[in-house]
Amino acid sequence: MNKTVNQKGWLFVAPVVLLVAFNALIPLMTVVNYSVQETFGDNLFFWAGLRWFVDILASPRFHDSLVRQLIFTFSILLIEVPLGVAVALAMPRKGIGVSVCLVFMAMPLLIPWNVVGSMWNIFALPDIGFLGWALNAIGIDYNFTQDPVDAWFTLIFMDVWHWTSLVVLLAYAGLVAIPDDYYQAAKIDGARPWAVFRYIQLPKMRRVLTIAVLLRFMDSFNIYTEPFVLTGGGPGNSTTLLSIDLVKIALGQFDLGPAAAMSLIYFLVILLSSWIFYTLMMRGEES
Amino acid sequence: MARITLSKLRHSYFPVPYKEEHWALKQLDLEWEDGGAYALLGPSGCGKTTLLNIISGLLVPTEGQILFDGKDVSHLPPEKRQIAQVFQFPVVYDTMTVRDNLAFPLRNRRVPEAEIAERVREIAEMTDLTPTLGNRASHLTADGKQKISLGRGLVRTDVNAILFDEPLTVIDPHLKFRLRAKLKELQQRIALTMIYVTHDQTEALTFADRVVVMNMGEVVQIGTPSDLFDRPHHTFVGHFIGSPGMNVLPCAIDNGKAVVAGHVIETANRISKDAALTEVGVRPEFVSLASQGLEARIVRVSDAGRFRIVSTECAAGPVKLLAGDDIEIPADGARLRFDPANTRIYADGWLAGSEADR
Repeated sequence: MNKTVNQKGWLFVAPVVLLVAFNALIPLMTVVNYSVQETFGDNLFFWAGLRWFVDILASPRFHDSLVRQLIFTFSILLIEVPLGVAVALAMPRKGIGVSVCLVFMAMPLLIPWNVVGSMWNIFALPDIGFLGWALNAIGIDYNFTQDPVDAWFTLIFMDVWHWTSLVVLLAYAGLVAIPDDYYQAAKIDGARPWAVFRYIQLPKMRRVLTIAVLLRFMDSFNIYTEPFVLTGGGPGNSTTLLSIDLVKIALGQFDLGPAAAMSLIYFLVILLSSWIFYTLMMRGEES
Repeated sequence: MARITLSKLRHSYFPVPYKEEHWALKQLDLEWEDGGAYALLGPSGCGKTTLLNIISGLLVPTEGQILFDGKDVSHLPPEKRQIAQVFQFPVVYDTMTVRDNLAFPLRNRRVPEAEIAERVREIAEMTDLTPTLGNRASHLTADGKQKISLGRGLVRTDVNAILFDEPLTVIDPHLKFRLRAKLKELQQRIALTMIYVTHDQTEALTFADRVVVMNMGEVVQIGTPSDLFDRPHHTFVGHFIGSPGMNVLPCAIDNGKAVVAGHVIETANRISKDAALTEVGVRPEFVSLASQGLEARIVRVSDAGRFRIVSTECAAGPVKLLAGDDIEIPADGARLRFDPANTRIYADGWLAGSEADR
């Protein structure tokens, strides 16, 4: 078959290019533009070069937010991935139970993020929220609005509640795709449940788990709405994650230049980490 | 090593079977001799995989018993039965090397490492896997993977029987032949009971000493490949085995003899009892063109290489016959002769009279 060479293809791609340009490229370029300038009122702009980048990278405030962000992201990954896999393993494989479980699992994912934040805020309030009230009633001194440890506990608990389902659904999809033959062969080979998990289920879930870890990594790194509604970054700065800090600088202080520089650094951190993650997790696949 | 006996076995996938159709496996009594090469042959859905899974212990039969050397194992789990099974889709443990795959069943049974190494070496040699022992199992071709599955069964010293569930389905045609030859060779060398499930008659007839033909959850005939060909006990066996299959024509009965379209057909057996449906069965190999006999019209002649398949139509239905290159095929009407020694009467599908010993 001969392929005709012509430029018609561009016409078909053009709408998407335009769309992406308007919702991603142009805003991103605007941010790049801001990041190298100093802004004043009355639309006054002055060239600032790389000053904001140097400032941000050297600022303790950014370091603290980044460290908090990393602690948050790795904590929730360490909890959500094993927990998600465990729940997926425990879910039924056939019968009415499957649909019931899937619906229950999907529910937290369908709730708007700010509603999740509000729900947990009220749920955890020490005086009127059920969780806060119950913890205090059994003798645990708990107040997430004043104690940083309590705030972190609540924040991580909320994220686990909200997002473990995603890992469960992905892991479950991986599990049900394993043909019965594997389980039967393992039975005949005398494999115990741990060996079945280690040598059949885990390797077969590898791909979906890679996706799950990547998604949770990126999403948790970007998280804004829920912690903003729950703690607003407090008490003090104790739960101020990167995105919350960014909004404080950009909209609270209207420092567009530093905020833009920080956004770009933030963006590059996510991009780089995701790439490293992906490369590491896929390396086993090829060797 | 053991003799496997199935006694009054029945199985249904319905929790409470109350109709005949609910039984995936109708009542069955079978004996598998120690060291025999068996094939379970039948169309898809005839119950052969069900039977295999019952023997290996993956399924517990609804009724009846499975005995290994007279010992009841009906309720033992697969790992306690000393059975190996090779599945339709090759099962390998992807993250392990070929060596670790072969060692896996032994490690699970806590065999000493030194002994494992020795066994694995021996089995790898037998299955031609030695050059790939250090490779990741996921990198092998389908036939290599199937050899690993087989090797995991052979590596165990305690195995009573190896069961194969259509093991060549996903293997490329040119490798199929090689792997099948390998299986046969291994079977003869180690004299292990092997039960081979397939719907492919060539596979069954070339692999097995004895073939068990199943249809609709029931065993219709057990015999050597030549038994099945020469003396089909059921019209199904006649159809299913042989290419083209046996000709089956409805017939009337007069004095225990078959009458097809007014012609008395000489047969090897006689019918003594009444039956709702009586038929005459004759393989195309035993039909010839003659100067007198059943009148037929020639419909089509197709060349099959060494011979030609002649499709004819007589008053009672289509009849195929094989004709050598030297035989002249008349253009219009012909007359057919059935070889009496190889023509039989079937009553309600089953071979009639005393010749059948079921």
